Amino acid sequence: MTTNSHRDTSATTRIERHHYDVVVIGAGGAGLRAAIEARLAGKKTAIISKSLFGKAHTVMAEGGAAAAMGNVNSRDSWQVHFRDTMRGGKFLNNFRMAELHAKESPQRIWELETYGALFDRTKDGKISQRNFGGHEYPRLAHVGDRTGLELIRTLQQKIVSLQQEDKREHGSYDARIKVFSETTITELLLDGDRVAGAFGYYRESGEFVLFEAPAVVLATGGVGRSYKVTSNSWEYTGDGHALALRAGATLINMEFLQFHPTGMVWPVSVKGILVTESVRGDGGILKNSEGKRFMFDYVPDVFRKQYAETPEEADRWYDDPDNNRRPPELLPRDEVARAINSEVKAGRGTPAGGVYLDIASRLPAEEIRRRLPSMHHQFKGLADVDITKEPMEVGPTCHYVMGGVEVDPDSGAAYGAVRGLFAAGEVSGGMHGSNRLGGNSLSDLLVFGKRAGGHAATYVDQLTGRPRVAVTAVETAVETALAPLQRDTGENPYTLQQDLQAVMGDLVGIIRREAELEDALARLAELRERVAKVSAAGGRRYNPGWHLALDLRNMLVVSECTAKAALERRESRGGHTREDFPTMDPQWRRVNLVCSLVGDTVRLERKPLPKMRSELIGLFDRAELAKYLTDEELTEFDALVAADAAAADVEKENR
Amino acid sequence: MGTKRQFRVWRGDAEGGDLQDYTVEVNEGEVVLDVIHRLQATDAPDLACRWNCKAGKCGSCSMEINGMPKLGCMTRMSTFEENETITVTPLRTFPVIRDLVTDVSFNYEKARETPAFAPPADLAPGDYRMQQVDVERSQEFRKCIECFLCQNVCHVIRDHDENKQAFSGPRYFIRAAELDMHPLDTRTDRKDYAQTEQGLGFCNITKCCTEVCPEHIKITDNGIIPMKERVVDRRYDPLVWLGSKIFRRGQVPQTSVTSGHSPGAVRSSAAGGGVHSHAGGSHDAQAEIQAQQGVNWHREVPHPTAPAVDASGKLPLTELTFDRAAAPSPFGDDVTFPLPPEHLNFAHPDQDERNH
Repeated sequence: MTTNSHRDTSATTRIERHHYDVVVIGAGGAGLRAAIEARLAGKKTAIISKSLFGKAHTVMAEGGAAAAMGNVNSRDSWQVHFRDTMRGGKFLNNFRMAELHAKESPQRIWELETYGALFDRTKDGKISQRNFGGHEYPRLAHVGDRTGLELIRTLQQKIVSLQQEDKREHGSYDARIKVFSETTITELLLDGDRVAGAFGYYRESGEFVLFEAPAVVLATGGVGRSYKVTSNSWEYTGDGHALALRAGATLINMEFLQFHPTGMVWPVSVKGILVTESVRGDGGILKNSEGKRFMFDYVPDVFRKQYAETPEEADRWYDDPDNNRRPPELLPRDEVARAINSEVKAGRGTPAGGVYLDIASRLPAEEIRRRLPSMHHQFKGLADVDITKEPMEVGPTCHYVMGGVEVDPDSGAAYGAVRGLFAAGEVSGGMHGSNRLGGNSLSDLLVFGKRAGGHAATYVDQLTGRPRVAVTAVETAVETALAPLQRDTGENPYTLQQDLQAVMGDLVGIIRREAELEDALARLAELRERVAKVSAAGGRRYNPGWHLALDLRNMLVVSECTAKAALERRESRGGHTREDFPTMDPQWRRVNLVCSLVGDTVRLERKPLPKMRSELIGLFDRAELAKYLTDEELTEFDALVAADAAAADVEKENR
Repeated sequence: MGTKRQFRVWRGDAEGGDLQDYTVEVNEGEVVLDVIHRLQATDAPDLACRWNCKAGKCGSCSMEINGMPKLGCMTRMSTFEENETITVTPLRTFPVIRDLVTDVSFNYEKARETPAFAPPADLAPGDYRMQQVDVERSQEFRKCIECFLCQNVCHVIRDHDENKQAFSGPRYFIRAAELDMHPLDTRTDRKDYAQTEQGLGFCNITKCCTEVCPEHIKITDNGIIPMKERVVDRRYDPLVWLGSKIFRRGQVPQTSVTSGHSPGAVRSSAAGGGVHSHAGGSHDAQAEIQAQQGVNWHREVPHPTAPAVDASGKLPLTELTFDRAAAPSPFGDDVTFPLPPEHLNFAHPDQDERNH
């Protein structure tokens, strides 16, 4: 058929060239928000998406976007949100990112309303906010349980409205902002240490395309496709992580992966698909096969004070949160995932290897349909289960990577040996520490998407000359991209992907052990050899086998980072649980593990965490800090508190 | 553990192609998209197919399964007979790129032409106040996952490429309706736009779009019909024009309802065929009631009459499964004009005053 005619050699390959000021790779929430900001700053902007415009993984976010607007409980404030975020991340978060996020989220949400978003409302007409795991007050702006879809659609429509402005002004929709859908970037091109462009292919035609641009914003999302049981789509192959590494940037916190506690476990074909946390926020409870509500047995000491001890108290909380403590089903995700894992291991799981999530016995059917329409729809359609009548079967699923590109908290500019590279959203690291709170992701996308887009524009303004793309670099990129098509002796990419998923799922999963991690690294090294020889059948036009063959090398290098960092960190914290080191170690809290690429091997370094500013650490109780900090840090904290008290006394005397 | 099932998948590109037979393993609980993935991993690694979330949320894996437009990820294999051959083809309304992947850029062009939300100038971000009940109507349309099944099934453009320029399709009618119903949108010409620029008048309310919507959005009843109602006094819409010729204005609900429980109901000669319905001819009592709730009886109302339906009480979706070429008459093929006088609905001009 068409196969042979498309097997061009690189010499005759046509490469389409484009010139932009800012290229945003990824068209999810962070990418679109970054692009809007860059365009508003007057920059000619390209948005590159592996899928069609508007299909990004952001649509999977169900619960809502966390922002301390205080619409439902006026006691909420950015300080409380900041505290919850740090607590959820087990104090490993980059404090400055958590601070900016808590402060700026409300504005970013309100701004969406000016773009046309329609959130659910409170009685007085404000944006309604719902409870969620780890958040002290109702904080998640939401639209039923399809908040991610609303967010993506709103940003998509805002971009369309900017294009309409450009059409009026310049005569073309694409004059200042253009979406390249179904386009994959395989390589970033540098001029010295500066970003000069991005090289990739149109999925549809297989033709190559080169974007010459001095600034690139990575917003490519996560890495979940390296796992067997995952809520992530095929796009989540760690492209941005790998592109950043290869361009000389660094990754942090790669050992921390969030396993969402409630993924569907039955039927097999939907294994991993998410069941929103709102089911628990709205009253759903977890039961084992013996019918026991088991979460009360799994409240860790650090959370003992905030969570109910009896089902009676927990049940009162839904109506009277001020005088009762929260149900333990709403513990942070890592805790719930571990608890479910333990129940199943102890033989108290369901036939399909999960536990029961029961909302049917807790709310009237009508109310369930109203509050959780897409969950009702999802279970009815995919599993033929009516959640208003039967409990759901759920278990942990790989959901989110906390780790990512190490960035400057204020600008989103990548650290390491590269300039002009920015990152926002899931692909960036630090904001969520060792564990992300539900709802913090959607607001993270908006806050840091805007920042990265804006700072990329500023960076372009400050440049004196445009970096140039080297011809040889483009030739190499073409060769690398065509290689799988030109080999016919290698393995099928799908087999390799399955093997990679097996290694990561079995050996670098929720519970990790030293011997298994070493084994994983050995197997990844073997896989690296095999991936280097992968071959793809067929031609260049819309060939998913070829696309996967190219994604594999990204998945592999990112998996190596995760395995290496997981082996190095000898403690359990958030999304990283070591069976051989089951507790948190305050010394390890002061350390970030930083990955970089030397040649093509991953290098791991330890780097101290930035120290929290005094007015921020002062927001916490000493008793709480004592669970996380070293004695040395506590002494410092005490001195700080004493100095503050003294200063207050002086002020009183002066008055 | 799995069983072997027969699949016929369309393979080819813009230049042509054909159905190819595959025998493939199917396990319990799987959906059609799983089978496509298994084919990719085994017999056909370069089989092109779009997909993303695999949970019915992104609307990427639209395809025609046994001639029915569906999402591959939401079509369970258990809905087919064990020995049934399952035929999978690309969406017919859009040009094929390769295999199951079609060029849906038509939709994005129409999206770009639809004027965006116009925010109120005097409201600062954070000061927007809206009631839940007021946002719910627009929220229904914002559930749309842009799978484009409604666009694919619409008679106006399916097999009628020449209409594409003047017709935006159901997806963008509900976008216009959504903005029209948005409590704070400041543009007042949404209805006009739908009629003059989007080609709303082409729509003959056959409800096919509503039937295929995986999000169960009542595209016709809640989106298209209200938009048609609102443009009626300003614009020429052949359907509304005809409706206004057949039925008088100002009818009270009791006399306009289908169904037997109302003595004054209109009946045509065909049982179920020409019955005047506000639910677009679904003959579903529930839909009828819901449709009426969305109707303002003090406005001039179009009166779509149902076309003939098949044994399952539904409209034939494609001409392939229908017994004649072209779309069925919106009034029912067994209705002839002029209508016999005894089938005409008459309401006294003063009856509204008397009833109030």
